[in-house]
Amino acid sequence: MTRLRTIFATPAAALMLVTIAVPAGIIGVYSILNRGAYGGVELPWTLENYSRLIDPLYGGIFVRSLALAAAATALCILLGFPLALFIAHSGTRKNLYLSLVILPFWTSFLIRLYAWMFLLRDTGLINTVLQSLGVIRQPLPLLYNNGAVLLGLVYGFLPFAVLPIYAILERLDKSLLEAAADLGARPIAVLTRVTLPLCAPGIGAAAILVFVPSLGTYITSDLLGGSKTILIGNLVQNQFTTARDWPFGAAVSIVLMIVAVLLMFTVRRRGEELL
Amino acid sequence: MKRGLAVYAVAIYAFLHLPLLILAVFSVNASRFTAWQGFSLHWYAAMFADRDLLESAGNSLAIAVASMALSTAIGTLAAYALWKRASNWLAGGLYLSLVTPEIVTGVSLLALFQWAFRYVNFRLGMHTVILAHVSFSIAYVVVVVLARLRGFDPALEEAAQDLGATEFAAFGRVTLPYLAPAIAAAAMLAFTISIDDYVITSLVAGVDSQTLPMVIYAMARRGVSPVLNAVSTTIVVLLGTLVLLSERLRRA
Repeated sequence: MTRLRTIFATPAAALMLVTIAVPAGIIGVYSILNRGAYGGVELPWTLENYSRLIDPLYGGIFVRSLALAAAATALCILLGFPLALFIAHSGTRKNLYLSLVILPFWTSFLIRLYAWMFLLRDTGLINTVLQSLGVIRQPLPLLYNNGAVLLGLVYGFLPFAVLPIYAILERLDKSLLEAAADLGARPIAVLTRVTLPLCAPGIGAAAILVFVPSLGTYITSDLLGGSKTILIGNLVQNQFTTARDWPFGAAVSIVLMIVAVLLMFTVRRRGEELL
Repeated sequence: MKRGLAVYAVAIYAFLHLPLLILAVFSVNASRFTAWQGFSLHWYAAMFADRDLLESAGNSLAIAVASMALSTAIGTLAAYALWKRASNWLAGGLYLSLVTPEIVTGVSLLALFQWAFRYVNFRLGMHTVILAHVSFSIAYVVVVVLARLRGFDPALEEAAQDLGATEFAAFGRVTLPYLAPAIAAAAMLAFTISIDDYVITSLVAGVDSQTLPMVIYAMARRGVSPVLNAVSTTIVVLLGTLVLLSERLRRA
C-alpha cells in the first residue's frame, strides 16, 4: 500500500528539496559570509550583514515597505469586506461574481500594472481627461510616487482579501443572523455585532495574505514607484544584480522569508488550510 | 443596505476591470496618443512584426508547455500521495514554495544555479527557467488536485483492487479518470502562472532565454507604447479565456 504512495511523492519531494530547501540553505550560509572581491562570497563568517539591517541607510526602506504593506492590507480589507458580503448574499449569481474577482488575479499582474501606468502618467488618460475638461492646467503627478505603489498593491492583492472573507461568510450559520434580527437588532447592528466578529478569522487570514506579498513586492514599486520608491523587494533584487552584494541581499531575503513563513503559519494554524 | 452593497460592488468591479478594458480600447486607437482618432489594427500588425516580441513569445510558450507538463504530472502524483497519507515534510515544502515572496525565491534559485555551475558545466537558459517554473507551479497543482481528491470515495479504489486490479491499475483506471477535470484545470493554471511570471524568470533566465514578460517589462519601463497596449490586450484575452475554462473545470 505504501509503496505506490512513496513512489508518487518522490519526484515532488526531490524537487522541493533541490529547489526550496537547498537554495534556502545556500542563502542562509551566504547571509553570514563576507562579500567577495568580484561579487560572490568569501570567508570569514560574519553577522555584519544582519547588523547592517538596522543601519539608518536602509531604515527608510524598511519603514516605507512596512507602512505601504500595512496601508495596502487595511485598504484591501476595508474594500474587500463589503464585496465579500455582496458575493455571499448574491444567491445563484455567486459563481459569476466570484469569477469576476478571481479573473484579474490570474491575468498577468505585470500587464495590470502597465494598465495603471497608461492611466496615471502625465499624458495618461486621467490627466488628459481632466485637462480637456479644464479641471486642471498642469498634469497631476499621479505616477512614480508612494500613492501609485499603494494603488498598485491594492489593485493587485484585493482578491486575496475578498476570497478568505467570502469563504467564512459562505459557511456562516445564517440562523445566528436571523436570531439577532428576531431579538430586535437592526441590520447594521447584526453586521457589526454578529457578522463581523464571526468573520474575524477570515479577516485575519485576509490581512496576512495581503500583507506578505505586499511586503515582498518588487515589480509594483519598480513600475509604479519609479526610482524614488525603493522597497525591500527592490533592495534584494539590487543586491543580487547591480550592487553585487550577495551576503547582504541574502540576509534581507532570510528576514523576509522568516516574516512570511511565521505570518503564514498563523493562518495555517487557524485552519485556513491551503494544502 | 442591499442596494447600497450592489452599487458598491459595481464600483469595485469597475476598479478591477476598467483599466484593462480601457487599455483594450486604446489598443485599437489609430493615434499613438491618448486621444481617440478612429479604429485601427495598426498596433496589432506592428506587434506581429516585432521580432523581439515574437521570439520571446516563442520562448515563453515553450517554457510554459514544458513547465505545465512537468508540474502537472509531478503535482498530481504528489497530491495523490498526500491524500493517501499526510506528510508534513512534503506539505511544508510545498507551503514554503507558495508563501515565499517571489523575489526571495528568485534570488535563492539564482544562488543555487550559480553554486551548481561550479561543479557542472551549465549556464542559465531555458532549462533553468523551466526548473524554476516547475518548482513554483507544483504547489498550485497540488492544491487544485487535492481539493478534488477530498471528494473522492476511497472505497472505489478498494473495490477495484478487490476485483483484482493492482494498486497502480486502480489508480490509473479509477482515480485518474475521476481527477481528470481537476488535472486539466491545474494544467491550465500551471501554464498561466508560467507564462505570466516575470520576477523569478528574469533572475534565472540566460541571454538566449528572454521571455515575453521580460520583453514587456523592458518596454513598460521605457514608458507607455501603443504596441504594448496591443500585446497586453492579446495576452489578457488569451489567458482570461484559459482561466475561465480552468475555473469551469474546477467546479465540474
